[in-house]
Formats: sequence, structure tokens, C-alpha cells
Amino acid sequence: MAYLKLDHVDKVFTRGTATTEVLKDINLTIEKGEYVSIIGHSGCGKSTMLNIVAGLTQATTGGVLLEEREVNSPGPDRAVVFQNHSLLPWLTVYENVRLGVDKVFAKSKTRAERDAWTMHNLNLVQMAHAKDKRPNEISGGMKQRVGIARALAMEPKVLLLDEPFGALDALTRAHLQDSVMALHQKLGNTILMITHDVDEAVLLSDRIVMMTNGPSAHIGEVLEVALPRPRKRLELATNPTYVKCRQRVLEFLYERHRFVEAA
Amino acid sequence: MSMPALINDNAPKVVPTASTAATASVVTMTPKQSPKAERYVKMAREVAVRVVPPLIVLALFMLIWELLCRRSGSALPPPSRVFADTRELIFDPFFDHGGIDKGLFWHLEASLRRVAIGYAIAAVVGVALGTLIGQSVWAMRGLDPIFQVLRTIPPLAWLPLSLAAFRDGQPSAIFVIFITSVWPIIINTAVGIRNIPQDYRNVAAVVQLNPLEFFAKIMIPAAAPYIFTGLRIGIGLSWLAIVAAEMLIGGVGIGFFIWDAWNSSHISEIILALFYVGIIGFVLDRLIAVVGKVVTRGTATN
Repeated sequence: MAYLKLDHVDKVFTRGTATTEVLKDINLTIEKGEYVSIIGHSGCGKSTMLNIVAGLTQATTGGVLLEEREVNSPGPDRAVVFQNHSLLPWLTVYENVRLGVDKVFAKSKTRAERDAWTMHNLNLVQMAHAKDKRPNEISGGMKQRVGIARALAMEPKVLLLDEPFGALDALTRAHLQDSVMALHQKLGNTILMITHDVDEAVLLSDRIVMMTNGPSAHIGEVLEVALPRPRKRLELATNPTYVKCRQRVLEFLYERHRFVEAA
Repeated sequence: MSMPALINDNAPKVVPTASTAATASVVTMTPKQSPKAERYVKMAREVAVRVVPPLIVLALFMLIWELLCRRSGSALPPPSRVFADTRELIFDPFFDHGGIDKGLFWHLEASLRRVAIGYAIAAVVGVALGTLIGQSVWAMRGLDPIFQVLRTIPPLAWLPLSLAAFRDGQPSAIFVIFITSVWPIIINTAVGIRNIPQDYRNVAAVVQLNPLEFFAKIMIPAAAPYIFTGLRIGIGLSWLAIVAAEMLIGGVGIGFFIWDAWNSSHISEIILALFYVGIIGFVLDRLIAVVGKVVTRGTATN
């Protein structure tokens, strides 16, 4: 039984008389608790695909089913961690997380419970100490942690990560990847992540969805990453399965579907 | 400033004021060597740096003015005469002999009250209309061209029309204030709303804020820097307009006070009134700037 299902999703952008087919016939099913990455060259429509799942963009034809029900408008059951964190700069870290909590649990939790739940989620990402700071007073990695806390606090059925580590330096990125892995282990979320980093995809995912180049991008190949969890970054470097998976993704991206416009 | 001018001895006065201000603060603070004292010294220096230069320029200006206008037969009175003529008005701003024979405080109060009412309405209407134009493409297409034409109409041109409509000076003056200050508020608010990053809209969509919450929690804070730019321009314009409007509608108010003084050839009173108008305009502008700074401390730095 599919938990999240993209069913024959097409996306066509129309500007005046010019039409561009961005996505063509995307079919993907994701099981509950699965960590799925979407990888592809820039411009292949992977962000569009995530936005369609989030409900921020409408599919031209086809649709998205979550627990057998169609979803076509944004909602907290599909919380997004945005690439550029998108924290509201006039709210403190705490208030940014609380905003979502107040909406989602307006009826089901008391004020005190909502406060406790907000703090609990800030603790999960180790950001409770900065709860009264404003976004411009904390580092990029910290902002992204708060962004993750905000999404987690909405108790989403699916967590959508839109290149969540793209804007971070390599060390912070590694640190945050470990945090996300630990959270996934602990909470068992269903996660759909966009990335363009091969190592990141192999390290974090249960399955890697490889996209062909646009226009009319479609799913070229899906790779199972059969590595046991918890995964340790250092041990994996020499693990034959890891190396093989990495090799497969690299071959797909750089041999079979080279990004011609890049050079 | 004009106090010593009475003694007719301005030249030496300039230097002492400047140097005492600077040295006095330093001397009193240096004995205490605690870091707190040092901080006060630093603060006093910063204040001195800002306050002393304009004071010197002002003193020089007064001096030149005095020299130019002191000879008999000059059209305008020198500062010493201005002070002597308006002594009563300066030291007793609260008298009230009925009618329009009142102290300057009451005239300024009446003008400020009109500005407060007209400007408050303009702020509310301006932000509301600005939000509408910024948010809805159709509202912008329909309203923006009309507003662009209306906003070029000089404030006073509205006065006869509003007198005809309201048949009374008081609401007409308030209307002129409103119509003068509302345009920059509308236009700046609309720009601010249009410039709200898509990211914030996405966040609101995922969290599922309803339109009212979106307005209060996203739109207003995100557009606040723009809104306050409009509010600041608006308060300046309304203070400009009130003096002119009051000259025409009469009654109590600083504008009519000036006009009345001109009719009675009290040139010194005009100069005093202009001084007050300038100071209050400056204070109003600073006031909105400070409020804006406090309100937008989160957004502006981003």
C-alpha cells in the first residue's frame, strides 16, 4: 500500500504562446517511513516536482495521493524545509516554530502543551538555547535547523526537504546530515528530499530517484540503497555497497544523462 | 539662543557656548575612572559632535541676520527685535482671551489635532488601499492609474471642493490633510506588499494561515519598512498642507495665526511661528522614524 503516490504527473508551464513541458509522466510511490531522494541536474524540474507534492504548484495532469486521498493544496501534513530556510525575520526562533504549532494544534493542544511541544522540537534540533534570537542573529546552519524544527513541529505525514543543505558549507552540511539521519531514525518520518549531491543522496536515502534532463524530464532510474541503518559516514566510505551505489548514480548523471548545457 | 542677543553683545557669546559644552562634560567625568564614567564621557563626546556644529552655524546665521537687519528701515526685524516683540508669546503660550486671541500653544494644539485626525484616517485608509493594490492585480490595474493622477493635485486645490462638500472649515481642513498624506502611504504600502518574497507566501501556505492571519502576521511585518517610508513622507506632507489650509479656513490654528500676524504687520510673530512650525515638523518626522525603527527592527536588517 503506497503511502505517498505521484500518479502520472505532468507539468507544463505556459508563458504567452510558448509552452514548456517540465515534467512528463512522473510515477513514484513512497512507503511510510521511507527516505527517498530525488537527484538530477539543475533545471530538470526536481524542485517543481517537490512543489507539486507540497501543493504549492499544481500538476497540469495527474495528481498526488497521500494515504489514498488526493492532495492539491498546501498543508501542514506535507511540511517543507525550504532551501533558503525562509524563517520570518521579524519573529524569534521560538515564534517561528510556534507559528506552525499554533495553527496545527489550535484545537488539540492547550497553550501550555503547544509551548512544550515547540520547545521539544527546538530541543530535537539542538536549538533551544537560541529560542529568543532572531533569524539574522544565528548562523546559516542554525537557521536550517530551526527550519527543520518548524517543519517537524507540524507533525507532517511527509517531510519535504528542498535542497536543505545546499546553501551550507561542507562541514556544517555534514553535521546537519547526521542530525537529519538521527531524527529520521528516532521519529520514523517519511521524507522526500531534493538534492544534487551524490554522497548526500547515498548516505541518507533508502531509495534514490534519478531524473533525466529537462525539458520533459522523467524518472530515469530508481536505485535501492541497501545499507543498514544507523549509517556511519566514516565506515561507509569503504563499504562496497556504498561505493557501488555511488558509482551507479555518478554513471547515470555524468555518462548517460550528461548535462550538455553545463559545459 | 536669542537671550544674550538682548544684551546686544553677540560676537563673544559664540565661542564660550561651544567650548563650555565640550570641556565641561569632559572635566566632570574624568575623576571617576570606572568604565561607566568612561562610557558617559564617550556619550557626551558623541552628543557634542552632533550638537555643537549646528549650534555654531545657528549662531553665525543669527549674527549675520542681526547685522543685515539691524539698520533702521530694513523690511525684516533682526533676531533681537523678534525676541523683544514676541516675548509675551514665548513666555506665556497658554493664555486664552477668547476667540482667536490665544497663546501659541493653543494654536499649535489646534493644528496638531487636525493633522492627527486627518493623518490617522490617511494611515488606516492608505495601508488598506495599498494592501489591496499590492495584493490584487486587478485592483492595481483599475486603481493605480487613477491614483497616479489624483496624487498630483496640489493639496490646496482640494480645499474649495471640500468646503463645498462639508460646509465647514474644520472637516475641510482634516480632509485636505487626509488627501495630501494618503497617496504616499498607499503607493509605498502597495510596493511593500508586492515585494513580499514568495518564500514567505509559501510558508504561510504550508502553515495554512487564513487571509486575516496572513495580513497580520506576514503582510504587515514584511511590508513594514515600506509602509513606514510612506507614513514618514505622509506626515511631512500633512504638516506642509495644514499651514496653507488654515490660512484659508481661519479660526484657531498656527496657519491662521501666521496669516493674522501678516495682516496686522506683526512680522516678528510670523518669524516666531515659523520657528515653531519648523521645530514641530522636525519632531513629527523624527517621531515616525523612531516608531518605524522600533517596529521594523526585525525586517529592516534582513
